[in-house]
Amino acid sequence: MKVEILGVGCAKCNKLEETVKDLVSKHGIDAEVSKVEDLKVFARYGVFMTPALVVNGEVKVAGKVPKETEILNWLSA
Amino acid sequence: MTIQSNSKQEYMATGSDSRATEPPALLGTGAEAEFGPQATSVPFWTNSFRSKIMYLFSGAVLLAAWWLVYGNLSSFSRLITYHMLPLREGTHLGSTVEFFIFEVPKVLLLLTLIVFGVGIIRSYFTPERTRKILAGSRESAGHVLAALLGVVTPFCSCSAVPLFMGFLTAGVPLGVTFSFLVSAPMVNEVALVLLFGLFGWQVAALYMGTGLFIALVTGFVISRLRMERHLEDWVLELTSSKPEASQLRIEDEHMDWDDRVQFGIDAVKEIVLKVWPYVTIGIAVGAGIHGYVPENFLAGIMGKEAWWAVPVAVIIGIPMYSNAAGIIPVVQALLSKGAAFGTVLAFMMAVIAISTPEAIILRKVLKPRLIGVFIGVVTVGIIFVGYLFNIVL
Repeated sequence: MKVEILGVGCAKCNKLEETVKDLVSKHGIDAEVSKVEDLKVFARYGVFMTPALVVNGEVKVAGKVPKETEILNWLSA
Repeated sequence: MTIQSNSKQEYMATGSDSRATEPPALLGTGAEAEFGPQATSVPFWTNSFRSKIMYLFSGAVLLAAWWLVYGNLSSFSRLITYHMLPLREGTHLGSTVEFFIFEVPKVLLLLTLIVFGVGIIRSYFTPERTRKILAGSRESAGHVLAALLGVVTPFCSCSAVPLFMGFLTAGVPLGVTFSFLVSAPMVNEVALVLLFGLFGWQVAALYMGTGLFIALVTGFVISRLRMERHLEDWVLELTSSKPEASQLRIEDEHMDWDDRVQFGIDAVKEIVLKVWPYVTIGIAVGAGIHGYVPENFLAGIMGKEAWWAVPVAVIIGIPMYSNAAGIIPVVQALLSKGAAFGTVLAFMMAVIAISTPEAIILRKVLKPRLIGVFIGVVTVGIIFVGYLFNIVL
């Protein structure tokens, strides 16, 4: 599972990254978590609100920090 | 564009709601089928109506409490300073402490109220909607709309450039997008509230008016100069070919009143919690200056006579960044010691409007000449406003 957090350096984006990494390690999910700051990638995904969370190439949320339960849902699917 | 009118919708669709108030005996007897769902319950006293009454009531109570505290701040601060603390009226320390005790709760109260109110307003606007509204808009109307929408559309400041991209790929004209980009950070509610609280509504209104004006002019100039060619190549490709990805639509969440109030509360938490240290420190500094620094101390280098002060202040301010709450106490301190209004306000606008980090990120999307025009127009606009304020105020 490939998890990407899209964001260009702001508190919310960093928080999302931390939260995701936390959840991944706490629940032992097999996922590669990376932070993407390249605008070209944002544009390719059609994301124009950060922070955004992309799981396996699919944009799950953009523009806000989702709740932990929501994140967990997407990670477990 | 469908902005749902929540109250009407819920009130009309009483079918499912009224079930909760139906007397148990009638359920399943067919009374429903014969007379319709409303027949078995009181027509308007539904759960949703009741919750609205509760909201209004608690809202009114909170507002009254707010007003009570706000109105008595002056007496309260004097009470603490001169009756509970061993300070004398007219002394430096006395003035300082009274000022501090008065201003801090006042500003925090104002912030809370306005941020909440603006939060509720903003819950009706999403960047997605703004994008749709502005897409394909014609030039002059589009600029005005974009500048106004920049004030009310909520987004994290880190999204500024991604949003810029999003607008372009949706077909929003370049100049219109710039109007949005300029008005959004500059005309923000924190700045307006603090200006209002410290200097009165005329200053706040002037600030908002001129901020919007600068946003308009910037967009207009960029449109007229037809600077689309100066977008980075990869951006041009994206905007001309409109690939599938740019049509991505995040589902518009439907918000009911609970959500909106929560949005407002979240906004207050986020902003006030982030900002109160700056405000407190800023006011403390301002209070110290208020009490100790002699009047007209700054009149020499920043006063009305120093005509060169405006451009210098703006040029210094542009690369800097502070959020509105951090800069306004500085503004107040400078003003109270003789700096001219226009100079200081121009400085403030320059600091908030653009910053070096933002310019760096923009460089990935815009060619140097376009960035130059953008910064140039904003700079000139702010300098102009600075001179204007110096003359008018």
